[in-house]
Amino acid sequence: MNNIEKELVKKVMDNELTNADAYNLRVNGESVERKNNPYIDIISKKDKSGIDVHVKDNTLFGIIHIPVILTESGLTETVYNDFYIGKNANVIILAGCGIHNDEHKDSEHDGVHRFFLSEGAKVKYVEKHYGEGNGDGKKILNPITEVEMQKGSSMTIDTLQIKGVDNTFRKTKAILASNTTLVINEKILTSNNQEAKTEFEVILNGENASTHVTSRSVATENSYQEFKSNVIGNNKCYAHVECDAIIKDEGVVKAIPEICANNIDANLIHEAAIGKIAGEQLTKLMTLGLTEKEAEEAIINGFLK
Amino acid sequence: MLELQNISFERNNKKILNNINLRLDENKFYVITGPNGSGKSTLAKIIMGIEKPDTGRIIFNGTDITNITIDERAKLGIGFAFQQPVRFKGITVYDLLKIATKEELTKQQACLILSKVGLCANEYIDREVNGSLSGGELKRIEIATVLACHPKLTIFDEPEAGIDLWSFQNLTQVFKQIQKEYKGINLVISHQERILNIADEIILIEQGNITKRGNKNMMLDTIFTHEVCSKGGVACE
Repeated sequence: MNNIEKELVKKVMDNELTNADAYNLRVNGESVERKNNPYIDIISKKDKSGIDVHVKDNTLFGIIHIPVILTESGLTETVYNDFYIGKNANVIILAGCGIHNDEHKDSEHDGVHRFFLSEGAKVKYVEKHYGEGNGDGKKILNPITEVEMQKGSSMTIDTLQIKGVDNTFRKTKAILASNTTLVINEKILTSNNQEAKTEFEVILNGENASTHVTSRSVATENSYQEFKSNVIGNNKCYAHVECDAIIKDEGVVKAIPEICANNIDANLIHEAAIGKIAGEQLTKLMTLGLTEKEAEEAIINGFLK
Repeated sequence: MLELQNISFERNNKKILNNINLRLDENKFYVITGPNGSGKSTLAKIIMGIEKPDTGRIIFNGTDITNITIDERAKLGIGFAFQQPVRFKGITVYDLLKIATKEELTKQQACLILSKVGLCANEYIDREVNGSLSGGELKRIEIATVLACHPKLTIFDEPEAGIDLWSFQNLTQVFKQIQKEYKGINLVISHQERILNIADEIILIEQGNITKRGNKNMMLDTIFTHEVCSKGGVACE
């Protein structure tokens, strides 16, 4: 990897790649480095681009890194990654995609991630997206995440679009069996003329299935964001969807909530709030000595933390 | 020393403050009291720079601060505790204390600051400053953030507002401690007898005018026999 690629990996990965129990590093459309261990097996797909990750039953505290880096302007790829998590396994999966584009051609990475959680499995999935470069070619990321959760399993999905991504359309779909919990935390910051759309569909099929979806976003300058969520309760279940957005300059945010209770014991809540930074928040931080600009930054950083 | 010279403030054709002249000296604990709508909070906000007076000058330790911003006043050593503490999303108690101290702050140091307002740091330090905290907890955190700045002039705008009597009784102890430990100028806007009782000097504002000021003993007699506080100062709200 050259220095730009090494720096991009750092932007999307908090931990050193080599600290992971297993990892797969993809650079410009090719897997360039991989590590497996006796409990976690990463295999390249034979019929299309991507990997299958198999985690054995009862694997404890496994850490898997799967960063993707694009520095070749004009490269467009769709990658299919499937994760099979064994019974009672407990893993953390850190994914991230960084694009550096100094040219005029668009660069695009579309990651299709499917998660199959066996009974009692626990997964924390963290995904960071980041774009940079001085070219006018767009940096485009369109992730699709599909989750199937067997009874007693739980999953937390943390997604963060840090900056510099021109277009993104994120689709997430999850089907939950009984006694499962799915927590989704999404954070997005857009600026310039960027556009970010996210769609969530969570189907609560099992008794005592629950989900908590939180989206916090900041749309600045001329950027546009759209948040669409659809939660369907087919059993005794609980869902809380929360969409909070700060708008600045000419930024636009649209939130489209949908909740559908098909069972008398389904308890589904949706909350949405969009607005500029409250004046009293700025004033409070200014009374502590921050300038108005510093106060605004502190509020946004806290909001997206 | 803080000096207000000929401060007037009018909104919607209503005179809120009418040519206020006031001098506050170092190492004194002042309480401004008076009926609702008399202009007390407006005066506090004018000192902090949150509101701008129509006329008059504000001199703080020899510097004319009338036209400088809120943050510049904060840097000169003026602190302000809000009547309704502001809530944030994502900003923790620790974050706010770090902003207030403007330097690297260890959790141990943050713990010391919180203990001054009677809060156990371990329970609060990583909590978001949002609606999950009670009115009394938010008030204490608000005061802690102001004390963390080590202001030379500290303004507390109606610390009793929005909290129950039990929480307020505990908060009174905090103010007694502030009076002992924090020198400089302490200025509290309050209706509460317990707060009036710890004042070195009480200033009564009615209809935008300072109508009386004096030491605690003289003023308490005046106020509690005065129609502005017919309920004995406990329940003016």
